[in-house]
Amino acid sequence: MREKDKEKDLIETHALAYGHPGRTLGHDINLTVSTGEVLCVLGPNGGGKTTLFRTLLGLLPAHEGSISLRGKPLQDCTPVECARIMAYVPQAGNSYFAFTVRDVVLMGRTAHLGLFARPGVSDLDAANAAMTELNITHLADKTFTQISGGERQLALIARALAQEALLLVMDEPTASLDFANQALILHEIVRLKTSGRSVLFCTHDPDHALQCADRTLLLQHGNVLALGAPREVVTAANLKTLYGVDVELIESPSREQPFCRPKLPPG
Amino acid sequence: MLTIMSLALLIVLLIVALLVGRFAISPGELVAILWAKLTGGSHALPAALDAVIFEIRIPRAIAAALIGGALAAAGAVYQNLFRNPLVSPDILGVSSGAALGAVLAIFLSLPVVAVQGFAFAGGLLAVAMVVFIGNAVRGHDPILALILTGVVVGTLLGAGIAMIKYLADPYNQLPAITFWLLGSLSTISPADLMIALPLVLAGLIPIYLLRWRMNVLSLSDDEARALGVNVAWLRAVLITCATLITAAAVAISGIIGWIGLLIPHAARLLVGPEFARMLPLSMLLGASFLLAVDTVARIAATIELPPGVLTALIGAPLFLWLLSGSNSRARQ
Repeated sequence: MREKDKEKDLIETHALAYGHPGRTLGHDINLTVSTGEVLCVLGPNGGGKTTLFRTLLGLLPAHEGSISLRGKPLQDCTPVECARIMAYVPQAGNSYFAFTVRDVVLMGRTAHLGLFARPGVSDLDAANAAMTELNITHLADKTFTQISGGERQLALIARALAQEALLLVMDEPTASLDFANQALILHEIVRLKTSGRSVLFCTHDPDHALQCADRTLLLQHGNVLALGAPREVVTAANLKTLYGVDVELIESPSREQPFCRPKLPPG
Repeated sequence: MLTIMSLALLIVLLIVALLVGRFAISPGELVAILWAKLTGGSHALPAALDAVIFEIRIPRAIAAALIGGALAAAGAVYQNLFRNPLVSPDILGVSSGAALGAVLAIFLSLPVVAVQGFAFAGGLLAVAMVVFIGNAVRGHDPILALILTGVVVGTLLGAGIAMIKYLADPYNQLPAITFWLLGSLSTISPADLMIALPLVLAGLIPIYLLRWRMNVLSLSDDEARALGVNVAWLRAVLITCATLITAAAVAISGIIGWIGLLIPHAARLLVGPEFARMLPLSMLLGASFLLAVDTVARIAATIELPPGVLTALIGAPLFLWLLSGSNSRARQ
């Protein structure tokens, strides 16, 4: 591989085996996320999505194989080096002390601040820019614990932007959000991609993969069932294997990708 | 603004603490005595007042402020680290360890210095034990493992204290043990203060410097690590510092409860949880609270009341009031 390509691949795994300490979940994972790419991971509950993400983030050690971050082995990267390349956007359900949204977003600046430093003007500017980008400046002084789930998710994405990470790793960003907020988050994922960032996210809804992913990974019992363009991977046969549910894919005249819906028994 | 107000409150309380007591001193007399001391001159007042001010009241007022501020800072750190506003500085067994050390030293009829040394060492040993066992317990959330280990070790040490009390001489040792366990500032000498002060500062300074970064540690371990923090290392440093200040404070004052739980909670209600704003206010409020309580303990009755009893009497209802207040605020 040429040097230039290595630079373009933000994260790359080679024959990765991952899991919890003492219990390997999946083997032989080979995936890359390149600059400006959206990779969506689909799989049933307990299929290993979160564990895979935690391994890619360096929060769990790889059992076998390797992960490299911009060509450098992940285990050789310090937390600060990791944080400057990839950001973790957790599910918005976590309970916090009652920080203001601005305080939460400012915490994204940690990797850019010295050990004893407090955020300065430039950090405040970065936090404000991130909130502006996500249209949540009106929430800046609100308490994080008292805003809606969708707003919390946006605040956490803003924190990742303030972190100036190139890759955002989002663990079920649409989970437990209402219909409108799910659409809002998907919209943001597409917008992040057009602004040159990469997104790795997982979801329960195959439509989300069809709608906004460049590539989709199907994860079954921890292992790769399929990896490729959404249209090729999100098929009725694959979804039947993955979820054990009959689905139909309905072509839409108004968009490139089909819709996916489960087949319900007649009546 | 609140920080400046609480600093002013602390200064007022310091002055009041120097004026009131069995020998009432007027503000004018206080100024004359302090001025004479500063300039090396003399004053026309009884020489005994010099001793009252410089040997007794100033060391005691400084000790009260120092211990109150230290306990509040340690409580704030632990509450943040353990992501729980109901945690107090003795969550990892500092107080039980210090108490067992002190009680053992009293039981062995050792001098006061040894009682303090044993208390300090006991506090550090207890926390070291909790951290060691907590890390050895695998397969659990590390924070939950630490807290549960702290509870178990604390109970075990409590059994040791009970055993020594049972064996102690009921006429000399048992009252001394009971008195120590109640907590008191009445016996603190300038020399005690000179030993405790550097230890408290050695713990406080790193905490103060790390005060913004503390925010990140109140997030989940995964988030903190992904934000670029070496979580295990930073948590170890902060536990060490908070333990150091608590052990040093408890060693000279005995066990004074409630401050580490109540004061950070109050500070958080006033300025929010952002640690860089909350910590300084916590320290100032803690210093003022214990200084006020100790002053009341000195003057309220003909005998001195144990400040630990007073902090509990004031702390428990105040805490419940804060709790109901924070609930109604959250509902709005």
